[in-house]
Amino acid sequence: MTDRAEAIAVENLHKRFGPLEVLKGVSLTAREGDVIAVIGGSGSGKSTFLRCINMLELPSAGSVTIHGEQIAMKKDGRGGLMPADRKQVQRIRSRLGMVFQNFNLWQHMTILQNVIEAPVHVLGIGKAEATERAETILRRVGLFEKRDAYPAFLSGGQQQRAAIARALAVQPHVMLFDEPTSALDPELVGEVLTVIGDLAKEKRTMILVTHEMKFARNVANHIVFLANGVIEEQGPPEEIFGAPKSERLKKFISSIH
Amino acid sequence: MAADPATLINWGLLALEPPGWGGVLLGGLLNSIKIAVGGYALGLVLGTGGAFGKLYGGPVLKDLLEVYTTLVRAIPELVLILLLYYAGTDLLNQLMAAMGYGPVDISGLAAGIFVIGVVQGAYSTEVLRGAIKAVPAGQIEAARAYGMSPVQIMRRITLPAMLPHAIPGLSNLWLIATKDTALLAVVGFSELTLVTRQAAGSTKAYLLFFCAAGALYLALTLVSNVIIRIIETRARRGMAAPA
Repeated sequence: MTDRAEAIAVENLHKRFGPLEVLKGVSLTAREGDVIAVIGGSGSGKSTFLRCINMLELPSAGSVTIHGEQIAMKKDGRGGLMPADRKQVQRIRSRLGMVFQNFNLWQHMTILQNVIEAPVHVLGIGKAEATERAETILRRVGLFEKRDAYPAFLSGGQQQRAAIARALAVQPHVMLFDEPTSALDPELVGEVLTVIGDLAKEKRTMILVTHEMKFARNVANHIVFLANGVIEEQGPPEEIFGAPKSERLKKFISSIH
Repeated sequence: MAADPATLINWGLLALEPPGWGGVLLGGLLNSIKIAVGGYALGLVLGTGGAFGKLYGGPVLKDLLEVYTTLVRAIPELVLILLLYYAGTDLLNQLMAAMGYGPVDISGLAAGIFVIGVVQGAYSTEVLRGAIKAVPAGQIEAARAYGMSPVQIMRRITLPAMLPHAIPGLSNLWLIATKDTALLAVVGFSELTLVTRQAAGSTKAYLLFFCAAGALYLALTLVSNVIIRIIETRARRGMAAPA
């Protein structure tokens, strides 16, 4: 397990919103091929943690290293941190495929345009090549027929699959999923989980914040339980779900079953 | 004696060639359109800059823009036009004199475009600011998450995404711009209203000429509406039809 290269290394991450400390020193290493599920109650800081990895939220302290490259930070003069080099952050972000709770597809673009946007305009891939790749990806998530539709005309499940296609199109080093099924109607959850499950089987590196415990148990090789801004417990799914040690985790698991 | 309708309205006065005034009227309309298009375009540029400045600028820039939009929207446009036209020309000539040049003659067209543009800019700033704020934050966040630079985000995401929210307000501004050109008659620019007054004054056919001018303004509005509808349909292509 340890011979695989580090994909993401987060060291001692802190995040404060004013007087409220949401993350109190979280460290996590994801190696190539890891599927890490981050679970925890609402307000445990799990989404904030994920958003700190690509600097959508700026950590107050700590460091993030992606593919061996540490994101250079400097003090922002207000007790927090800010990126020292915006270009570096943009470059690193361009190879992290993020999937949001609310899909966040660009509404004024068709599905195909959404998928080729970052490859063409950020990564500088030719439009013809990007389109060809995008069509392969869209076929795979079952949306090839919808490539010329606008997001607003698709169901939530289709939109989220399109958002996953958009993330795949940048050939991401790591995929970040921020509660990808929380905004979906129950009957649409399955189709999205199937797509994510297939990606996990391919040994794609991913960090997944989720409420779907059964799913996390099935696809993840490592579970992280966040509570009150710290990692309360982590380990392989059999241990976390089968033999939880901490009281909080026991309570959390019993509350969702 | 009953008036003969044929002599009550002398349609010959609208002929394109002199002694008819039709050609002059159309020339005035063309000038009005030039000023409206130029002023509107300048207003859009000022408005886009103003809106982004107000939303993302530093405190000083925000305050300056607030002064601009408040003043321009508080003062009657007629006063602004007189002020900017006469005071502006005066200021420019004093500057030229200070730099050792003679006075310059400012073209009515350039001055008109500048004046309408400054007025429109204040209103567009507010229309565009509102439209940008109506773009869901997640759209911008996704753009950041995929590594776009701030300029790319503005060009590729924010501007096209805010367009459907801005078009109703911007359409209004365009129609107002076409009619604001009439205010430039007070500074002697030969736009439609001024030439209409000249035509009416010299022929005493007031009813005929002012109705004709009204019809031309109406025609301009109707044509504008068709174009606006095409643009709006295109801008709203990604939006689901209202339920």
